[in-house]
Amino acid sequence: MSENVKKKQIDRRWIFLLLFLAVAIPLIFVIGLPIETTENVRMVHGLIEQTPKGSKVIISFDYDPASKPELHPMGKALMEHCFDRDIKVIVTALWPMGVQMAEDIYSKIKDNYPDKKYGVDYVNMGYKAGGIVTIQAMGKNFRDIFPQDMNGTSIDELPILDGINNFDNLGFVFALSAGDPGIKQWVQVAHDTYGRPVSGGVTGVSAPAVIPYVNQQQQLIGLLAGLKGAAEYELLTETPGTATSGMDAQSVAHLIIIIFIVAGNINYWRNKKAEKKRGE
Amino acid sequence: MKRKIPLLITFLVGVIIIISEFIPHKPFGQITGELENWYLIIAGFAIILGQLSLFKVNLFKIKHRQKNWQFFIITLLSFILMVSIGIFWGTENHPGIFGNGETISNTIGTKPFDYLFDNVYQNLQATMFSLLAFFIASAAYRAFIARTLESSLLLVAAILVMLGNTSLGSALTGWLPESLSFLHLPRISEFIMKYPTTAGQRAIMIGAAFGIIGSSLRIILGIERSYLGGE
Repeated sequence: MSENVKKKQIDRRWIFLLLFLAVAIPLIFVIGLPIETTENVRMVHGLIEQTPKGSKVIISFDYDPASKPELHPMGKALMEHCFDRDIKVIVTALWPMGVQMAEDIYSKIKDNYPDKKYGVDYVNMGYKAGGIVTIQAMGKNFRDIFPQDMNGTSIDELPILDGINNFDNLGFVFALSAGDPGIKQWVQVAHDTYGRPVSGGVTGVSAPAVIPYVNQQQQLIGLLAGLKGAAEYELLTETPGTATSGMDAQSVAHLIIIIFIVAGNINYWRNKKAEKKRGE
Repeated sequence: MKRKIPLLITFLVGVIIIISEFIPHKPFGQITGELENWYLIIAGFAIILGQLSLFKVNLFKIKHRQKNWQFFIITLLSFILMVSIGIFWGTENHPGIFGNGETISNTIGTKPFDYLFDNVYQNLQATMFSLLAFFIASAAYRAFIARTLESSLLLVAAILVMLGNTSLGSALTGWLPESLSFLHLPRISEFIMKYPTTAGQRAIMIGAAFGIIGSSLRIILGIERSYLGGE
């Protein structure tokens, strides 16, 4: 692109300002645009619905605060759905900050479930370094890898972990993942090696790399992708939260970006035409 | 000898782990289990190594007054602050060497470590990630230009997916009759993600997997030795 074509572009500060307004205004004045569910999200919902009551499942919190706006609503809606269905939740984390992410959700929802007890219906096993090797080792002997929970309570004193020796004793694994280690490693080990159902939620930007695992072999049973996936799940579980309220802002922001792309193209072709006329 | 022993260890470990994938019985299964435990212990130490490395690299930059050296002082001070208050007063469920810091906790509402984590660290990380949206918008305006057929196709696909992945897509084409539902933006977006994107991604994934197999074999067989340093 020559300098003439490059010039006469909108000052980037205007772009920043417009985008800021596009995000801020819909968060303050809710538009209430419709949300539709997609097949991948319905598959995730179906997995939890079909899991027998009293089953024990792993939810792995493999993200940190940077991905919180997208993955936290998924985690919250999922944990609420599990508690509603009397499914017992074992939390693990392949990312150090995942422990706090899970605790944040649990502390927010536990008052709504006074009958759910820590150690009986929910447990946080804490962070474990090692990525895929940790998952492999969990598949061989869960109790060796997690001899105690994040508070230092012995696994033998936690009723939720009675009879949990490996993946065979689990209903499914759900990975909330913002990168590596994360959902791919869970698929490769928990599903491909040990044959357990695996599902998950990922950030919108990493969804294209994970979607191939949603296939006929059911390496992944559905997928929650980005804020939209979270909002769809909130819709299915009838627990509207921050994902639902954020969809308006995301929609307007996407529209603004599209308008900028169109404007950028018009600008480019107009400048190019002017260059040709001048015989450059 | 200094190089031959590590090469021999690498070869033996690599071969044992490959064999255990096909014969997961004694003695291979047991040995692999033990090796996995070793890996987990080493991975734990890697965190300490990373912290020491962060300290060393930042100190070096400050000492030699490298460009923007002042920022590295902030990194180090933040690091020391978080580690110190974590050790002194612990975190939410764990006491530190000075107990739980009740006086400070009563003043600020939570333990100092949790206070900084919730009110500083989380927000800073969320801010850094959110800034991407502004840069993407600016970059899209400048770089997403339909110069060729390929870039035009990419542009159209991107716009369809962007619209289809929002509530706006549902609102824009939600009125279409059932016979034209294939034109519904969320469906178009789902189609693009499910077929062309997945096909491309699978090709990349399979290619990358072959690459990993190749480079793993090179390491196991001692052809690739850069991990030993030098050469």
